[in-house]
Amino acid sequence: MADTPTHVESSKVESSRPDFIRLAEVTKRFGATPPALDKVSGIIRGGEITGLVGPDGAGKTTLIRLMTGLMVPEEGSLMVLGFDTVRQAAEIQAAIGYMPQRFGLYEDLTIQENLNLYADLRGLPKSERPAVFEELLTFTDLKRFTARLAGKLSGGMKQKLGLACALLKKPRLLLLDEPGVGVDPISRRELWKMVEDLTKEGIGVVWSTAYLDEAEACDRVLLLNQGKLLFAGEPADLTSRVDGRVFRLSGTEGRRRQVLAQVLNRDGVIDGVIQGDAIRLVMKAGTDANLAVPKDAGADVKVEPTPPRFEDAFVDMLGGGPGGRSRLADAARALPQEGDRPVIEAHGLTKRFGDFTASDKITFDIPRGQIFGLLGPNGAGKSTTFKMLCGLLKPTEGEGRVAGFDLRRDGAEARNRLGYMAQKFSLYGDLSVAQNLDFFAGVYGLSGQRRRERISLMTDIFDFKARADMSAKDLPLGLKQRLALACAVMHEPQVLFLDEPTSGVDPITRREFWTHINGLVEKGVTVLVTTHFMDEAEYCDRISLIYRGRSIALGSPDELKAKVATSENPDPTMEDAFIALVEASESEERAAA
Amino acid sequence: MWWTRLKALILKELLAVLRDPRGRIILIVPPVIQLVVFSYAATLEVRNVDVMVLNRDAGHWGYELVQRIEGSPTFRKVSFTDSPEVLHEAVDRQKVLAAVQISPTFSRDIEAKQPTDVQIILDGRRSNASQIVGGYLNQIVAGLSADTPAGQKAKSSAVSIMPRNWFNPNLIYQWFMVPNLIGSIALLIGMIVTALSIARERELGTFDQLMVSPLRTHEILIGKLLPPMMIGLVHISLYIVAAIVVFGIPLRGSLLLLYGSSIIFMASIVGLGLFISAMSMTQQQAILGAFLVLVPGMLLSGFATPIENMPGWLQPVTYINPLRYFLVIVRGVFLKDIPVSQVVTLTIPLAFIAAFTLSAAAWLFRKRLE
Repeated sequence: MADTPTHVESSKVESSRPDFIRLAEVTKRFGATPPALDKVSGIIRGGEITGLVGPDGAGKTTLIRLMTGLMVPEEGSLMVLGFDTVRQAAEIQAAIGYMPQRFGLYEDLTIQENLNLYADLRGLPKSERPAVFEELLTFTDLKRFTARLAGKLSGGMKQKLGLACALLKKPRLLLLDEPGVGVDPISRRELWKMVEDLTKEGIGVVWSTAYLDEAEACDRVLLLNQGKLLFAGEPADLTSRVDGRVFRLSGTEGRRRQVLAQVLNRDGVIDGVIQGDAIRLVMKAGTDANLAVPKDAGADVKVEPTPPRFEDAFVDMLGGGPGGRSRLADAARALPQEGDRPVIEAHGLTKRFGDFTASDKITFDIPRGQIFGLLGPNGAGKSTTFKMLCGLLKPTEGEGRVAGFDLRRDGAEARNRLGYMAQKFSLYGDLSVAQNLDFFAGVYGLSGQRRRERISLMTDIFDFKARADMSAKDLPLGLKQRLALACAVMHEPQVLFLDEPTSGVDPITRREFWTHINGLVEKGVTVLVTTHFMDEAEYCDRISLIYRGRSIALGSPDELKAKVATSENPDPTMEDAFIALVEASESEERAAA
Repeated sequence: MWWTRLKALILKELLAVLRDPRGRIILIVPPVIQLVVFSYAATLEVRNVDVMVLNRDAGHWGYELVQRIEGSPTFRKVSFTDSPEVLHEAVDRQKVLAAVQISPTFSRDIEAKQPTDVQIILDGRRSNASQIVGGYLNQIVAGLSADTPAGQKAKSSAVSIMPRNWFNPNLIYQWFMVPNLIGSIALLIGMIVTALSIARERELGTFDQLMVSPLRTHEILIGKLLPPMMIGLVHISLYIVAAIVVFGIPLRGSLLLLYGSSIIFMASIVGLGLFISAMSMTQQQAILGAFLVLVPGMLLSGFATPIENMPGWLQPVTYINPLRYFLVIVRGVFLKDIPVSQVVTLTIPLAFIAAFTLSAAAWLFRKRLE
């Protein structure tokens, strides 16, 4: 017992950790919009990782830039390492390491040249350089690639180099702005490990993220939403608010989407999401989860308690998720089954750019009314596969068909049947909401009565009326998301192509989005979604795991998770499954070579 | 069906330019600047010139010449010196553009009916201006020499020249420049608006969205080409109104001919603009690409310098420049009633150029989709 550190002991250590940053009622506004940060107060300590958590637009980057002294707060004050950010910015900048979101790397310089440049900029004495470079390159495992251009590195390697550059002059405080974005789960874990090692030397780390699973791993979090601080403290303290209120509902036999839609409308249900074949529920305190189960859900339905997660608590804090009814799906026509042909077919889809094979013999098919996911890190080839199927890229070999059409050949007619929504919500930012709706109605050939009907239906369902004249680029992120969905489904497509549709949006907006998608799928719409976001993968009926251009696993989320379950980890997460499968594929490859 | 799609795209393209603050700046600022700069500031006439006179002659004729130089409206300031060194220095330091030296025997030679001369020193560093000033001074000296006793005697037998300027009787500089501006502004606007159109969509990520819509490739091309042509024609119209109302330039020819050829001219421009746009990944690249074409396009058009003055090997290059033909048409319609046959002769090459640039743009656009 004496050897194992107990909770009491660790909190004793914590209290001895020094305060590195003190935020006092920090407020920052940009223009006339609601404040980017609204009276945020808190403390960040040395020797631990503090998560700055929140969806895009929550104010994370603004807060980090205020900490560096690059920006000045409107009200309130920030003390960083004992210095005031307004008056002593130079002292702060000399003592911290800062890694901005879009790495401060020079893409046309090699790894070594980037390091040299940053050593010059930070004034690292020439005599110390060889030793420091050696240490950092070993630490980040980049030694083999020093002559490679930074622009040619993978997302994970870029972040590691960025980290190395930020660590050149051993900082006391390290500020990392979304280091996990665009990085595959394996590199993300490596990066995390490196940062954890740094905290052991007493360095304070601020890690900003929109991923709530990353938040869970932090020693302490500051949870931001729309510029307001919702919570400050240990993540376990936050999750404890939903202790005993989180349940797993399984055994719905492929009817999980219908059941979820019903469950969400019951009293006492705060939140519900699909998790593989099961449903995850958060109940109001003192409500029996069994009462939430609809009577016709089937005899095999099981409700069992499950440990709470950060996201459950976050949603609870925001007042719960949206209801289960999708007015969009209610208004949609049911699409009948046409023959028994799959709606989307990929046969040996291959794309080569020069001698680089971006995707290699990808094969799968998707029956009507299913959600299929292409899961993989950035640059693995999932976007290439996606683009070949929706006709944006021509396959080097193989064939892709949507609703029986080859999109490269049959063109416009086939494209009339699909809806497309890209990651960055490719709306026309300078056009108003109404003009965007009008444009998409027009290019999809809607005219006259039907056009007016569809536009007013979308305006009504998504509540655009009040903002019809606002430029799309000025909308809050959640509304942009809605508008993109409205534009994509305006013409009632049979097939929806979604490219990372909910990355970075807040959990409520994400739930709302998936409620619509689930509803449409129940009406017979077929969905292909690409994602590197493990939570989105849980919504899929089946997933193809894409890694280095190849599909290394195919199956339902639960099948993939079951594949990697071990006695130590009987209930692996999607990310565990991803990592284990990638590692297995790599060792297979090595064995073959 | 196709019309619904195309109409939506054209409307979107116009809105995208008009609602974007940067887009609006491009539409408003360059035309105004160009109009002000070229029609008022960048004049090719030589005025406000300083000269220096070194008069070593003590007689009547030297004095007379100085009087005439001082009386000329061309020269802002006439200064005097007795020292050749000062004169040398004044030219050296560009204090004066020209210097006149009158020899000590000037009056005596004239009275004796002997040939005599006046030295004019010009600053060759400003070759164009000094050429013109040289001409002015020549005129003054020639006038003087006609009034000398020897000149008076010769006058009865000499041929005198009576110049008359047709089309622009008073040689008003703006009558030449403003019609030119109509062509060049249409080139500038048409080129930049088109060049930005696809590049903007690529940069903002909306291009894929457009490509997965049922719009056919040729519909996208038409939808991208028509709006800049429309915008260009609006600019042409505004400039025509400004030329007539603000500058009082006569409109002697047919507007119908002008608009007819304008459409063909704009087609050749937007084809080129779309080619640049299809090539560029970002708006910055597109703007750079457009200027790479715009600058030689302006210089090799006869806009500022006559094509006849260019070296022989360069002149054929101007044949592929649409602005070259269009400027002749615009000036022709304004200043002389240009005949239909000449407009047709000038429009045929424009149509060929348009056919070429439009096909090249369509080809590259399709190729870049692969």
